Amino acid sequence: MGVKLLLEKANVPGIRSFEVYRREGGYRSVEKALKEMNPESIVEEVKKSGLRGRGGAGFPTGMKWSFIAKPEGVPRHLVCNADESEPGTFKDRYLMEFLPHLLLEGLIVSSFALGSSDTYIYIRGEYAWIPDILEEAIEEAKAAGFLGKNILGTGFDCNIHVQRGAGAYICGEETALIESLEGKRGNPRIKPPFPAIQGLWMRPTVVNNVETLAAIVPIINMGGDEYAKIGVGRSTGTKLISACGNINKPGVYEIDMTISVEEFIYSDEYCGGMKGGKQLKACIPGGSSVPILPANLLLKTAKGETRYMNYESLSDGGFATGSMLGSGGFIVLDEDQCIVKNTLTLARFYRHESCGQCSPCREGTGWMEKILYKIEHGKGSISDIDLLWDIQRKIEGNTICPLGDAAAWPVAAAIRHFRDEFEWHVNNPELSQTSNFGLQHYADPIHVPA
Amino acid sequence: MAYIFNDTQMAEFKRLVSRYPEGKQKSALLPVLHLAQESFDGWLPTEALDYVASLLQIEPIEVYEVATFYSMYNLKPVGKYVFEVCQTGPCMISGSDTIIDYIKQVLSIQPGETTKDGLFTLKLVECLGACGYAPMMQVGKIFREHLTKEKVDAIIAEYRQTANNN
Ligand SMILES: Cc1cc2nc3c(=O)[nH]c(=O)nc-3n(C[C@H](O)[C@H](O)[C@H](O)COP(=O)(O)O)c2cc1C
Ligand code: SF4
Ligand code: FES
Repeated sequence: MGVKLLLEKANVPGIRSFEVYRREGGYRSVEKALKEMNPESIVEEVKKSGLRGRGGAGFPTGMKWSFIAKPEGVPRHLVCNADESEPGTFKDRYLMEFLPHLLLEGLIVSSFALGSSDTYIYIRGEYAWIPDILEEAIEEAKAAGFLGKNILGTGFDCNIHVQRGAGAYICGEETALIESLEGKRGNPRIKPPFPAIQGLWMRPTVVNNVETLAAIVPIINMGGDEYAKIGVGRSTGTKLISACGNINKPGVYEIDMTISVEEFIYSDEYCGGMKGGKQLKACIPGGSSVPILPANLLLKTAKGETRYMNYESLSDGGFATGSMLGSGGFIVLDEDQCIVKNTLTLARFYRHESCGQCSPCREGTGWMEKILYKIEHGKGSISDIDLLWDIQRKIEGNTICPLGDAAAWPVAAAIRHFRDEFEWHVNNPELSQTSNFGLQHYADPIHVPA
Repeated sequence: MAYIFNDTQMAEFKRLVSRYPEGKQKSALLPVLHLAQESFDGWLPTEALDYVASLLQIEPIEVYEVATFYSMYNLKPVGKYVFEVCQTGPCMISGSDTIIDYIKQVLSIQPGETTKDGLFTLKLVECLGACGYAPMMQVGKIFREHLTKEKVDAIIAEYRQTANNN
């Protein structure tokens, strides 16, 4: 069994209640932080821990916190990003649903470190039952003196408010989230200014992912140095992976980032192998935005080394032969899955979610969906594949926010690694309607573990 | 129908607005629109949007532009139970197509349509954060996961029963 820092207590009966959570050692980090530490020393510990943002970009959290501006007399805010809408990602939901007090504990310590007396949790609107769970937990914490006025007699005031979104993936982008929290359309802002200088209501703001904020709890409890010893290289601590697709045991797993991709897929502790004994065809290892990899490049890097479940190893080889850890949304495809169709559903997703501010993203996502639809339905031509490549290249890097890139990368990677499958659709319009390309494209036999 | 909150709804409205600083009441717009939609038959006609604008003391256009941006606000009437079936990649590779076809067949409706008795609407949506429990759909506040044809039958029967009892 690997180290568990976040989900260790997830199966304790009644852990959702304050009483049980506290009895199991909960809220110790709040006592330690508020009574024995100060905001600067907390930021120091977080820096030492090497924690990187768990929302997808992997930016060092301690460094992000140190950027927050502190103008005299202007309130600052911490905002928890619980928008979780990246296809394949459902880990934050699990944390909030089963360990609401862990998130609150992390939020109180982080609010103290950043000087936020009104902290907001922005949760995707579709998670409609979770705000009730969080609000109940907030009331319990307040009654016990861990939230509200003068927490634990230290003079620190903090309230946590839960705000529901209303169905828009783009509101996970931090400046769109801030706009939405201000009661507007989720149009990302042009940066600079960055939220750390002018964010919510133009006040200094830090936006962090749910899992990032929960990870503050073990960091304070064990100290940054100890936390940094878990994992490998710049992938410190543990990471939640939400695994889905054609595997035996889809679900949310906490890993210390030293295990191999092969172990993660095939061991009974995690995904439990491929469903129905099928062969692994491809995998999108970090949420729908990151490049898809064929089985051979997923399990081993291009250099033939074992690939591990961490930031560095998954991105080994760059976009040519690697991918990204991203948000930890691990999507597994077996031999029966059609890469063209899968890419089409993702292209449709990004077209649907584009906020429409920038032409390359608004128009490009629509074009990509249309062309993929044509190819998938046996009406495409070879030049369509080239056009698709051309469009994705023109979106990437030419937009206000990274959604443009996020829409371009899955298409680029699918063509890069599975071009023959696209061509097969073009050349076999009838056959492609009734059967799949399967595993034909692999020049090398697929690596199947013994 | 009169688009005015009753006392309970008004109390909830005040609670929502109180979460934001003085003068920033517009921030409550998204939650207030949810409240309005729940209070007024599951959808938001222009009168409801105008009412929300007047409550928050903002221009109607500020409400319209938000109501049209977010996918959860219904700007047209919907059935009593809206089946929002996810069709994105992870659900698709886990068999959502079969479920969607089955719902179309048993309810005799296409996506976007409502059954004649006004009970069910079928809507195809994008990833709802339940990819590991696919195929799935959202109905009202809850998720129905690990769907099979048998489960769909049971769910439909269950809602018919509930509707009959009311
Ligand atoms: C289109 C788009 C969607 C995003 N969705 C999310 C999301 O749902 N949850 C999240 O935590 N971060 C999301 N992000 C990343 C946020 O912009 C931001 O980097 C993150 O919340 C920072 O928190 P972290 O440093 O703790 O990861 C998204 C970014 C983009 C461009
Ligand atoms: S890249 Fe797309 S989603 Fe992002 S701001 Fe531009 S149009 Fe909107
Ligand atoms: S893809 Fe359907 S819930 Fe995520």
